[in-house]
Amino acid sequence: MSHPADSRIGALFARLRAEGRTALVPFVTAGDPSPDVTVPLMHRMVAAGADLIELGVPFSDPIADGPVIQRATERALAAGVRLTDVLDMVRAFRTDNSQTPVVLMGYLNPIEIMGADTFAAAAAAAGVDGALVVDVPPEEAAELAGLLRPQGLDLVYLLAPTSDAERIARIGEVASGFVYYVAVKGVTGAGNLDIDAVAAKLTEIRARIELPVGVGFGIKDGASAARVAAVADAVIVGSAIVERIEALVDRPAEIPDAVGGFLAELRAAIDAAGGV
Amino acid sequence: MATVADDISRLTAAVPHAGYRLPDASGHFGRYGGRFVPETLMHPLAELTAAYERFLKDPAFLAELDNDLRDYVGRPSPLYHAERWSRELGGAQIYLKREDLNHTGAHKVNNTVGQALLARRMGKTRIIAETGAGQHGVASATVAARMGLECVVYMGEVDVARQEANVYRMRLLGARVVSVTSGSRTLKDALNEAMRDWVTNIDDTFYIIGTVAGPHPYPAMVRDFQAVIGREARAQMLERSGRLPDVVMACVGGGSNAIGLFYPFIDDADVRMIGVEAGGDGLASGRHAAPLCAGKPGVLHGNRTYLMEDENGQITETHSISAGLDYPGVGPEHAWLKDSGRAEYVAVTDAEALAAFHALTVTEGIIPALETSHALAYAAKLAPTLRRDQTIVINLSGRGDKDMHTVARLDGIQL
Repeated sequence: MSHPADSRIGALFARLRAEGRTALVPFVTAGDPSPDVTVPLMHRMVAAGADLIELGVPFSDPIADGPVIQRATERALAAGVRLTDVLDMVRAFRTDNSQTPVVLMGYLNPIEIMGADTFAAAAAAAGVDGALVVDVPPEEAAELAGLLRPQGLDLVYLLAPTSDAERIARIGEVASGFVYYVAVKGVTGAGNLDIDAVAAKLTEIRARIELPVGVGFGIKDGASAARVAAVADAVIVGSAIVERIEALVDRPAEIPDAVGGFLAELRAAIDAAGGV
Repeated sequence: MATVADDISRLTAAVPHAGYRLPDASGHFGRYGGRFVPETLMHPLAELTAAYERFLKDPAFLAELDNDLRDYVGRPSPLYHAERWSRELGGAQIYLKREDLNHTGAHKVNNTVGQALLARRMGKTRIIAETGAGQHGVASATVAARMGLECVVYMGEVDVARQEANVYRMRLLGARVVSVTSGSRTLKDALNEAMRDWVTNIDDTFYIIGTVAGPHPYPAMVRDFQAVIGREARAQMLERSGRLPDVVMACVGGGSNAIGLFYPFIDDADVRMIGVEAGGDGLASGRHAAPLCAGKPGVLHGNRTYLMEDENGQITETHSISAGLDYPGVGPEHAWLKDSGRAEYVAVTDAEALAAFHALTVTEGIIPALETSHALAYAAKLAPTLRRDQTIVINLSGRGDKDMHTVARLDGIQL
């Protein structure tokens, strides 16, 4: 399935492609450090240049996440944030923003316990555009994808340095919205980004997948964002933002401006680098 | 005369039955199992599966495994008739499969010997493992020391504190023990951290999972390495009494010692299979580690299985007197065996396990692990309801030396 222009994700990438720009995609954990911070933070991120927001759904056992996002998850869980609360945050965000796509990023079990069919309907009703379920590779995705698609939700897949040609092709057949290339072998927040290796792998991916390709894991600052922007359709930044939130857990009122300022830096660096 | 040692440790004898052939090609046991992992791990898991299936048919690999099981582990382990305890209980005859007599004192080493051989043949130079009570960590550090491989063991901070002696054993063996401080700081978090290490170091690292959980092929592979327990026990019972046991029984945490015993009996429809979970303070208290008895299906650590979780899908903290059973999930094959009705699963409390620990110790002169004591506790309930000519085989999965401090403390004694 390609990206129909009537979906927010499809419309976004079509517009950016026409403008020759690269998307800036921030990730924050929903409800970190408390539920009331998230919606104002989402609006502030859009104002600072975010094109699409990835909202992390807290899960007790986040095996793909490094220490920074693990701690964000623990803060959100301690604040009592559930999947239903995350959907409420998106619904609240939509009252003032009908344009910016929101993709939920998390793990399967909270969705499975809610009931994947219930989740699909509730997420669509709340204004969610897609889901990236980290521990659902295409081999296990048929049921979930079959429930999300009729609701107009994209199931976003990961690609990794270890994905060979056969896997890339297979994911290309089932992916929708965009694909997310994990730039390093490691967990979120890892520090060993090799931009030449990323560029080479993206060439391999683009030969087999037409969808936009976002790149995340290991992007920490304007310089690394600019280098990735030169080869990717979207630059995804998570741990570096969550670190700034963590530094202000005792002064949550300052979080939106701190994150907004950082995103403005990234935005400027990306735009200076030019699009793909 | 051909002895048990000559012909039953063979991995190739893993399936004495034609009927039961799970998991399927994609690693599922019915709706359970599978491969729920981030994309980065999919290719390494496919490589591991291919290597495992290749070596399973390689006579040189199997001969090496047989030699290690005999000369290093000390197999076959005896099947011991606990006559005095059976008489005292006044019913069925109880036989103990003595995995406590293996090198390192538990069944865990059957699996680590096998996976370490596989690691070496795959050219991996670094071993990682998770551990709860420390038995799998010790068994992994042991085989790594023998092969000269680097070894890192992840262990929850809570378990590091309550299993000090095993932490020291691992360090003596040259392993680096990493204390895991995230989440509930127990076995499940150690497993999370080991997965994170693996995803970061996949090129040179082999992850030895210690139980029949995790993504495919681990549940099948660990089962196949542990099935030597059931193959030996089956042959030993036939040799001794000319017939199969009426009941086979084992404790279930992740479930590797239980699957190891059960698997060769699956097609023997008349043999009852009973897995005993950790009931902690009682199932009604909510403080337990019994996902099969009181949990519901979900997805954790790469597979779909029964879990201890709250109504929002968050994994909950478990409680058991035994660190080795203190895990919120269970191997997916057990989930399948439960739903299909082929195996029964029950739970006993901490107090019942402790009573059985003392009973076996004073009647048979065998000090069992607290994990194993859960199976003994249920046998003590079941045996009196059976006839004297009926038999129960219990997997005596480990020895109790590691639990001296825990038991002494519960008895109010300072060692």
